Amino acid sequence: MTSQERFAVNYQVEHLQTKYVGTGHADTTKFEWGVNQHRDSLALYVAYDPLGHFFAVAENESLGRVKFNSLQKMIQPCGPPPPKEDE
Amino acid sequence: MHLYALTLQKSSGITAALYGTFSGARAQEVIVARCKVLELMRPDDNGKMQTVFATDVFGIIRSLATCRLTGGNRDYIVIGSDSGKIVIVEFSAEKGCFERVHAETYGKTGLRRIVPGQYIATDPRGRAVMVGAVEKQKLVYTLNRDSAARLTISSPLEAHKSNVLTFHIIGVDVGFENPIFAALEVDMEEVENDPETGEVLYEKNLVYYELDLGLNHVVRKWSDAVDPTSNLLVSIPGGGGADGPSGVLVCSENFVVYKNQGHPDRRCAIPRRRDLPADQGLLLVSSAVHKQRDLFFVLLQSEHGDLYKVTLDWKEEQVSELKVRYLDSVPVCASLCILKTGFLFCASESGNHGFYQFQGVGEDEDSPSCSSLTFESGDETIVEIEPRPLQNLLHVDDIDSLCPLIDCKVADVNKDGTPTLLTLCGKGPRSTLRLLRHGLAVSEMAVSELPGNPNAVWTVKTRRDAEHDAYIVVSFANVTLILSVGETVEEVTDSGLNDQTPTLFVGLVGEDSLVQVYKMGWRQLRSDQRNEWKAPHGKEIECATANNRQLAIAVEGGEVIYFELDQQGVLAEVDKKVPSGTKISCIEVGAVPAGRQRSRFLAVGSWDNTIRILSLDPDDCMTVLAVLAVPTLPKSAALVSMPLGRSSGAEALVLCIGLDNGVMLRARLDPRNGQLSDTRTRFLGAKPVKLVSMPFGGTGGVLALSSRPFATYCYQHSLHLTPLSYQGLDYGCSFSSEHCAEGFVGIAGNTLRILAVEKLSDTFNAESIPLRYTPRRLAIHSVSGHAVVVEADHNAYNEEEKQQLYTSLSITPPLPAGSAAPDEEEEEGPPLMEANVGVPRAQPGKWASCIRVVDPASKQTLSILELADNEAALSIAMIPLRDREGEIFVFVGTVKDMTLHPRQLSAAFIHVYQFTNKNTTLALVHKTQVEDVPYAMANFCGRLMAGVGNRLRIYDMGKKKLLRKCELKGLPTMIQSINVVSPSRIVVGDLAESFHFIKYNRQDNVMMVFADDVSPRWLTAAAVLDVNTLAGADKFGNIFVSRLPQEVSDDVDDAQLLSSAVNEAMALNGAPCKSEELVQYHVGELVTSLQKVTLGAGHDEILLYTTILGGVGALLPFSSKDDLDLCQALEMHLRQDAPPLSGKDQLVFRSSYFPLKGIVDGDFCSVYNRLTPEEQRSIAEELDRTPAEVSKKLEELASRII
Repeated sequence: MTSQERFAVNYQVEHLQTKYVGTGHADTTKFEWGVNQHRDSLALYVAYDPLGHFFAVAENESLGRVKFNSLQKMIQPCGPPPPKEDE
Repeated sequence: MHLYALTLQKSSGITAALYGTFSGARAQEVIVARCKVLELMRPDDNGKMQTVFATDVFGIIRSLATCRLTGGNRDYIVIGSDSGKIVIVEFSAEKGCFERVHAETYGKTGLRRIVPGQYIATDPRGRAVMVGAVEKQKLVYTLNRDSAARLTISSPLEAHKSNVLTFHIIGVDVGFENPIFAALEVDMEEVENDPETGEVLYEKNLVYYELDLGLNHVVRKWSDAVDPTSNLLVSIPGGGGADGPSGVLVCSENFVVYKNQGHPDRRCAIPRRRDLPADQGLLLVSSAVHKQRDLFFVLLQSEHGDLYKVTLDWKEEQVSELKVRYLDSVPVCASLCILKTGFLFCASESGNHGFYQFQGVGEDEDSPSCSSLTFESGDETIVEIEPRPLQNLLHVDDIDSLCPLIDCKVADVNKDGTPTLLTLCGKGPRSTLRLLRHGLAVSEMAVSELPGNPNAVWTVKTRRDAEHDAYIVVSFANVTLILSVGETVEEVTDSGLNDQTPTLFVGLVGEDSLVQVYKMGWRQLRSDQRNEWKAPHGKEIECATANNRQLAIAVEGGEVIYFELDQQGVLAEVDKKVPSGTKISCIEVGAVPAGRQRSRFLAVGSWDNTIRILSLDPDDCMTVLAVLAVPTLPKSAALVSMPLGRSSGAEALVLCIGLDNGVMLRARLDPRNGQLSDTRTRFLGAKPVKLVSMPFGGTGGVLALSSRPFATYCYQHSLHLTPLSYQGLDYGCSFSSEHCAEGFVGIAGNTLRILAVEKLSDTFNAESIPLRYTPRRLAIHSVSGHAVVVEADHNAYNEEEKQQLYTSLSITPPLPAGSAAPDEEEEEGPPLMEANVGVPRAQPGKWASCIRVVDPASKQTLSILELADNEAALSIAMIPLRDREGEIFVFVGTVKDMTLHPRQLSAAFIHVYQFTNKNTTLALVHKTQVEDVPYAMANFCGRLMAGVGNRLRIYDMGKKKLLRKCELKGLPTMIQSINVVSPSRIVVGDLAESFHFIKYNRQDNVMMVFADDVSPRWLTAAAVLDVNTLAGADKFGNIFVSRLPQEVSDDVDDAQLLSSAVNEAMALNGAPCKSEELVQYHVGELVTSLQKVTLGAGHDEILLYTTILGGVGALLPFSSKDDLDLCQALEMHLRQDAPPLSGKDQLVFRSSYFPLKGIVDGDFCSVYNRLTPEEQRSIAEELDRTPAEVSKKLEELASRII
């Protein structure tokens, strides 16, 4: 593999990482990983009505409220980010 | 192991609904999405919503939008699904089905957060459509038309922005300027936390995206901050001039704001319920816009079900005032649709969907209302409302919905061998226990006693153009009774019919003459004269048949005599023949086809066990065209024509033959040459089958009577054979009167019954018993057949507290579900029902709960035990206790002060109850406190096995408490189900970690986990199939079958091998052995119950499942390799030739979470029956079969299930 090809592969990986949100990389922190997991799950609760109904029955809320709560939670699903180490 | 998966009843919950014109100009229709089903509904003349067409799309429908090209008269449907494609479909009225116009791929399949499909917004002028994802991605497609006026779609334009969370997208009505889409967004990069409280601070924006049609790109045109609780956008009509001011309504908690670019905000509060605490936000969950030439208004619905009418005061695109007025309260809806004809379709989230008619549009001044003017003047007083009975809406129809279906148990309630599904449905005050029975619902109009036991009954009109029947003719062993139908039904003697002898047939011939056939001959009654024909001497007539122009009789000696109406309207003998030489058992001529002189075929069944088809053509009259040998004596026959198949061509002729041994035979009769083909058989019951042709749903059908009544009919172009949920009948005939347009009369014993079948659409008919709170679990007492239901509502007040609250706030309390309306209120319209307006909310951690004993046979609640002290009952088991001589005790698991997020509780208990008062009430024996939620309980050899949180315990019954005998700690999450397989083996279903196989060692009294599952499954239901095999279902809509390898099973049963293998168990976060997965299947909806049952005599054992949206399905094990091979090959061909509507491959859909394994998708196979004849033929040829053989095989598999 020439250095140019190697660069191209790198470039492709980077491209895929920006395209597909949530794809991990070597420097993913635990917090980022958790946030992505939670956002993926919450997005599913909004998208998949049977699951929404399941929660709505458990919480005795309307489906609209369950979906709204899930979306709101996506903003910061795991609480505030940990303070940066270099600061 | 291979299973055949088939949906028995499509889910009834609605996830999205759309109003529009789909099948043709001016049609008023609603498109409904039921998760994976797309359905077209239309109100009929009586204001009832009827399903026109429904199809499985093999994908999850997430959003729907209509789009109409400028100048067009029909709407296209844009579907946002999990297929990673934008799919545009139209309804083809000619073909009677949906057709895909476009399917453009833009991303991966699946319900992903950055793949668009969650939101679909169309430009009101049909020029563009925006597809959005929850995060980041938004795509805009331009729509246009080509020279042939077909819809064209451009390549997508991107409007992505990283880290942007989208709450809603709509198309703004801007007339013919560049299309604008409004989105409600939060930029997740710019989120801060309050340093003091840690509260999340973010900005929610309303963003306008403009599609520049000239430059063909999308720009972020305008953005403005809105309230952080905003969740819903509504587009206001506009487009310059008289239509409206354009712009959007932004709905937030407690507020509605009118916004537009370059326009000041108009903010208006929403009237709130008096019982709603001030700190709770009021969210709006659904909306609808009504637009007509001179006015428009917006309907909003709150999460409590209150409807608000929003109007705007505006002039030349300037809005001066925004008004929100309380309209009425209906159950909370997933979607609202206002029809142009003044109806409102409410797709309820929970329970039956409603169809209402507008009586007024909320212009009465005394309804509470808010205005933006008062808000702007600084007056922030809260306007209070109190739910009231419907004033502006009139309830017209209810559309049955089982959604959310929480649990199901199968039991033989009526002790007649046909099982009933006891299902727990609904939420809060809309909860019901529904008894589902396979078959069509029959409504009983009248029952009257007759002087003896009749043999047969006919109804007859006196004129051909009359709408309703004039006489009911009842034939007894030696006389005939003639009843005239008018205001009342009474006996008459002046009809001219012979009432001194039993009758063989009565019918109308020609325009206005009646023909009556009896043993010695027949008579024809005309207005002016009476013709009689006498049977040849010594030869009695045995059976007869006639239609409007033809009469055929069979006389002793096996002779058939055929008469036809001549020019003068007199029945004249045409020909006679002895077709078989043996005695004739039945004879049948079908109805005269429209526009023809005569029916061309006569079916004759005789004692040599054959059916012959005779020609009635004048050219070859009485020639035998076809002979069909049948297994036993044919007792009756019916020849009907039905519009079967997708092609709108000629109707198909179907000959049904009822045999002596209770089997019904069905064959297709070729209308050209009279040949019989495609014979299908079905066992109906123990008695000989009697057949009567009569209309069902406007087309031809057959009533088949054996020990149970059945109906054969055509529904949506396919033939169905369904039992009627009614007692056995001896004879029947169609009946039409003023009160009942399409009913039938039946005789049973010495009673005459007038009955009607109303709905042909459902496989199961449901009767419901109202419940008080959300039902959780159900158990059936095997001795008395009574069911015990545990009900619990989170965030609710119990009965007593609720009454106190009503009194303290001086609110008229609504009536609880199931209570009869007080008499004096009858004039004041419908009473206020809890089921319609809901109940007050308490706060999280507050519970209301009860335990109810129900008699499913009489559909009565026998007793209710309300739980006090904020306890909630969550689980139930009925166990015959070994220590108490097998007396059945009821164990109820409860929690006290439980909060959900995170799960915390102050105490949990296991209550033990004993049946008292002839099994109608429960008496508490004692209760035992436990540490965690007792979510699962089961009978373990006459002892209680309970899952307490993540511990599994065996309890013995003590005098004052349950006595803990054995415990296994450390199961991963929480025990969801306990399946006792044998006295030494238990399989525990974990909430998040699938099955754990546990061995109970009796000598040492220890339990240990020896095997578990490889995949982490979030279980929702489980069923034992055999000692090594279990079926389970998970939260994401998968069903799987997990089996322990035989060697593991053998080793475990051998005590010596066990100890070494298991003692170091759980060393590496798992058991030493693993189970294997045999079957993987994605149902597409969350499965709530699984059971191994047989649905009635003569059917195979199946795995029955129910889904939360109210669907019922079955998995049938294949019994022959040939069937499996055929179905698999058929599936393969269908994947190529009939790709699903959603644009997602069926295989990909069924493998959404785990690769499909060991399953043939019966729903997909039945797509075959909807293909065109050419497509069917080409697939059948590939399979070396005929099309009839393929569909016969599918029917046979279905009939083995139900």
